[in-house]
Amino acid sequence: MRVGLFVTCVNDTLFPGTGKAVVTLLRRLGCAVEFPEGQTCCGQMHVNSGYRDEGVRLARGFLEVFAGYDAVVVPSGSCAAMVREQYPKLAAGMGATRPGAFAGAHRGRTRFAAAVAAVTPRVYELSEFLVDVLGRTDVGAYFPHRVTYHPTCHSLRGLRVGDRPTRLLRAVRGLELVPLPAADECCGFGGTFAVKNAAVSAAMCADKIANVEATGAEVLCAADNSCLMHLGGTLSRLRTGVRVMHLAEILAATEGDR
Amino acid sequence: MSGTFLGMPAFPRNAEKALRDSQLRFNLRNATHTIRARRAAVVEELPDWDRLRAAGKAIKDDALRNLDRYLVRAEEAVTRAGGHVHWAADAAEAGRIVVDLVRATGETEVVKVKSMATQEIGLNEVLRDAGIVAAETDLAELIVQLGDDWPSHILVPAIHRNRAEIREIFRERMADWGRPAPPDLTDDPAALAEAARRHLRERFLTAKVGISGANFLIAETGTLVVLESEGNGRMCLTLPRTLISVVGIEKVLPTWRDLEVFLQLLPRSSTGERMNPYTSTWTGAAEGQEFHLILLDNGRTNALADEIGRQALRCIRCSACLNVCPVYERVGGHAYGSVYPGPIGAILTPLLRGTATDLDASLPYASSLCGACYDVCPVAIDIPEVLVHLRAKVPHPPAERLGMAAAGWTLNRQARLRLAQRAASRLRRLVPRRRLPGPGAAWTDTRDVPAVPEESFREWWRRTEGREGGDR
Repeated sequence: MRVGLFVTCVNDTLFPGTGKAVVTLLRRLGCAVEFPEGQTCCGQMHVNSGYRDEGVRLARGFLEVFAGYDAVVVPSGSCAAMVREQYPKLAAGMGATRPGAFAGAHRGRTRFAAAVAAVTPRVYELSEFLVDVLGRTDVGAYFPHRVTYHPTCHSLRGLRVGDRPTRLLRAVRGLELVPLPAADECCGFGGTFAVKNAAVSAAMCADKIANVEATGAEVLCAADNSCLMHLGGTLSRLRTGVRVMHLAEILAATEGDR
Repeated sequence: MSGTFLGMPAFPRNAEKALRDSQLRFNLRNATHTIRARRAAVVEELPDWDRLRAAGKAIKDDALRNLDRYLVRAEEAVTRAGGHVHWAADAAEAGRIVVDLVRATGETEVVKVKSMATQEIGLNEVLRDAGIVAAETDLAELIVQLGDDWPSHILVPAIHRNRAEIREIFRERMADWGRPAPPDLTDDPAALAEAARRHLRERFLTAKVGISGANFLIAETGTLVVLESEGNGRMCLTLPRTLISVVGIEKVLPTWRDLEVFLQLLPRSSTGERMNPYTSTWTGAAEGQEFHLILLDNGRTNALADEIGRQALRCIRCSACLNVCPVYERVGGHAYGSVYPGPIGAILTPLLRGTATDLDASLPYASSLCGACYDVCPVAIDIPEVLVHLRAKVPHPPAERLGMAAAGWTLNRQARLRLAQRAASRLRRLVPRRRLPGPGAAWTDTRDVPAVPEESFREWWRRTEGREGGDR
C-alpha cells in the first residue's frame, strides 16, 4: 500500500514535529510512508474566507499530487474534512457564481469533478486511518501523563471520527484520559474567524480553557494543530502550565522517548 | 421598538460591545443551555428523527421548487373560503396595505400575535406613523415592546432579560400602555405572568383588529397555521372582527398531510416539547369576521434565485441553531442587526436584504463554521455551506484581498512555499511572540504566537529522506 502523507501547510511550516511523529508512528506500524514534495495546501483558508478561485487552484494541486496513492493520511481533521467534504461541493458548485466565464470551463469542471471523485474517498484523517484501515487501536505507545482530549469541530461534525481518537488514547500505556466538559463546543479558532471576530473568538477560547483547567490535565490533546495553536497560545499567555500536543505526537511516543 | 435595524455597525463591533455585558452573557448562557438540553432529550426519544428531518427537508424543497403554483393554489383556496389575498413585493408595500386595511375599519388600535414577518418589515413603526397603536400580546414580545427594546431571539425575544429586569420594565412601563402592574409586583415568574395576563386580557377584549403571522400556509386548503405556547394567539385570532395575516411566501406547504411532519419537528426543535401547546388553524373568514392574507416577498424571490442560498428558505424559525451556536451564546441577537439572529440570521438576512451595508456584508463571517447549527437543524439547512458561499460573494477589503492573493501565490508552488518557510526560519528570532503588527495584533491580544521552528517538515524530510518527487 502506497501511503502518501499530506502534512498540511500549517504543520509543515509551524509544527514539523507532528509530521515527524506521523512518519515515526506509521513506520512503526509497518507502512511505507511517502511525502510527495509537490504538496502545499488544501485551500481551506481561501475557500472558507471567500476566495473560492484561489482555493480551487490549490485543490487542483492537491488532487494532482495525491492522484497515485492508495491512501492519503492527514494529521488534521480540518484539512481532511476540507478535502473530503468540501471538494465535492466545490466540484458540484463550480461555475455557479460565474456561468460560462471562460471557454473550456465545462471541460475543466468535469476534470476537477473526476479527480475529486477519484482521490477524496482515499483521504483519511490520522485516527481514521489507524482504526479503519490498519485496524489498530493499540499502536504501542507509552505516555505516562494525564491527558484531556478536545475533539475539534471538523473531526467531530465534518468527518464524524467519533470515538476513534479517544479509543487510541485509552490504549496508550501509562496515559490517564480525563473527560473534557463541553468537549463538543467550538474552541473559537475558525481560521480567519479568530482575526475577523477576535473578541468572540477569545471569549469562546476562554470558556474552553476554563474547562481544560477544570480537568486537572497536564496535556491538552487534539488532532488539529490550528485549534491547538489558538488554545495553546492562550494557555501560554495565561501561564497555566498546561501544554498542548497533537494526537500523533502522543501516539508516536514510546519508552525510548523518556 | 425604537428605530430600525438599518444603519447598525458591523457585526464584530456589535459583538465586542455585547461581550462586555456580563449580565447579558450570563442570561444567554443559562437560557440557551437549558433549551439545548431539553431539545436534545426529546429528539433522542424519537427513533425516526433522521427520517422526519429528511421528510421536512423534502417537503419544503418541493414547496419552494413549485412555489409559484402552490401560492396561486393557496390564493384560490383562501378566496373561495371568503378571505381576501394581497400580494406585497416589499416592506413598504406590505406596510401600506396593512395601514389601508386598518384605516378602513376606523380603528386606531390593533393587537398582534408574535409575527416575525411584521417585525421584518417594521410594521409597528409604520402603524405608529399612521397614528395606529399596535400592541404585542406574546409575553416575550410584550417585554420587548414595553422595554423599548429589540427582540434578541427567534423563539424567546426577551432571552437577554432576566426576571429582575422584567419586573422593572413592567413596573415602569405597563401603565403607559394600559392596565398598570400591581405596585407590590415581585420578580416571581408566576407573579410576572399574572401581571402580564391581566394587562393583556383588557387588550384582547377591546381590540377590533388583530394582526398575525403564520407558521404554515397550506396550499391545498388555504389554511393558515400558528403554533404558540401561551394561548394569546388564539385570543388574537378569534376575538377581533378583522384579522390581517402577514405571511412570507416561503411558508407554503403543499398539503394538509404535510403538517404531520412539521408538528413533530417544530415543537421538539424549538421549545423542547413533545407536542405544541396551542396550535390554531383558520381557513378564510369565520362568521362575522373579515380576513385578509398578505403574501410577503421582501427579498424571498431573490433568495430563491440563489442556488446554494435558497435552502435558507426551508427555515421553520425553530431557533435550534441559535441555542447551540457558540457565537450567538456569547453575543446575543442584537449584534446581528436583524429580526433573524444567530446562524440562520447570518445567512437569511444577507440573502433577503443583500450585502450592500457594512453590517450585512459582515454577517457571513459571524461564525467559526463549527457546524453545530447544521447538526440540529430540523430541515437540514447546511448553514456552514451557505456561509462559505456568501463569503465568496461579499466584497472583500482591498488589504485582505492582497494578502490572500499573496498567500495563494506562495502556496500554489512548493518552491515558493519552501522559500517562504526558509525566510521565516531565518528570521525566526525576530518574530515577536506577544505583539504582532497589522491584523496579527488581533491574534496577540490574547494569544502567544507559536515559535517558528528552525526547520520546516519539508526541509527535515529532504535532509533525512533525500529528494523525492522534485519541483513542480
